[in-house]
Amino acid sequence: MSLTISHRNVGDVTILDLSGKITIGEGSVQLREAVKSLLENGNKHILLNLGDVSYVDSSGIGELVHSYTTVKNQQGQLKLLNLTKKIQDLLMITKLLTVFDTFDNEADAIASFS
Amino acid sequence: MEATPNESLGAADTVIEITIASHFRFVEIVGVVADQLTQMAGFEAESADWVGLAVRESIVNAIKHGNQLDASKPVRVRFQLTDEQLIVVVRDCGNGFDFNHLADPCAPENLLNPNGRGIFYMRTFMDNVEFLLQGQGGLEVRMVKHRPTNQNHRSC
Repeated sequence: MSLTISHRNVGDVTILDLSGKITIGEGSVQLREAVKSLLENGNKHILLNLGDVSYVDSSGIGELVHSYTTVKNQQGQLKLLNLTKKIQDLLMITKLLTVFDTFDNEADAIASFS
Repeated sequence: MEATPNESLGAADTVIEITIASHFRFVEIVGVVADQLTQMAGFEAESADWVGLAVRESIVNAIKHGNQLDASKPVRVRFQLTDEQLIVVVRDCGNGFDFNHLADPCAPENLLNPNGRGIFYMRTFMDNVEFLLQGQGGLEVRMVKHRPTNQNHRSC
């Protein structure tokens, strides 16, 4: 599978550890389904750990945006942890770093939800 | 294929032509060729990654927007590596689009739109991107990335 997603819970925050690619043909659908499933189960504090994401295309960036707005529209919060340099660059040049809360440290990210 | 002046072939040029069916599973095949050519061309790793992304984005656009995911319609890709530049031409069978009036994905009202960043990334990471409607139908995307000069690779 191109994208592997595993779940962890720390307090009321659900961390999705993503590993692999988030692209139009591969990981975007898995990410969408994972976030949808969390929301359906009432998990509205979601932290996406992108540290092991090897490749993202514009569709993958779009899926991050879609996840963000979907969670926000349900009065939840979605934040990003451990951005790779490539993902950070892709977000920066499209001004999306002004949209997402991003963290390099998991404890700081968890604390930010409270 | 008839060569245009810009595509005239030098004796030392490397040319690779690939035709794929319109399915996303073939994007990576073209992407790997792009990666190999950028390595041959001597691009820095980061620059090579961005060229590879631009090529993959153009293939995805051709499959999704040009050929409307119709697997019977081909996407034709031509790489030409010259002494000075890498030229990538991607042709689909679609009707094209109004490439002069694309929404700015960085505008505040578009930031939360999940779509509309692919061409922006292509234009950001390549030195030149042109869209040419073909008389017989189809859209041609022509992207150019200048090779690093020898000066950049000298160690002293």
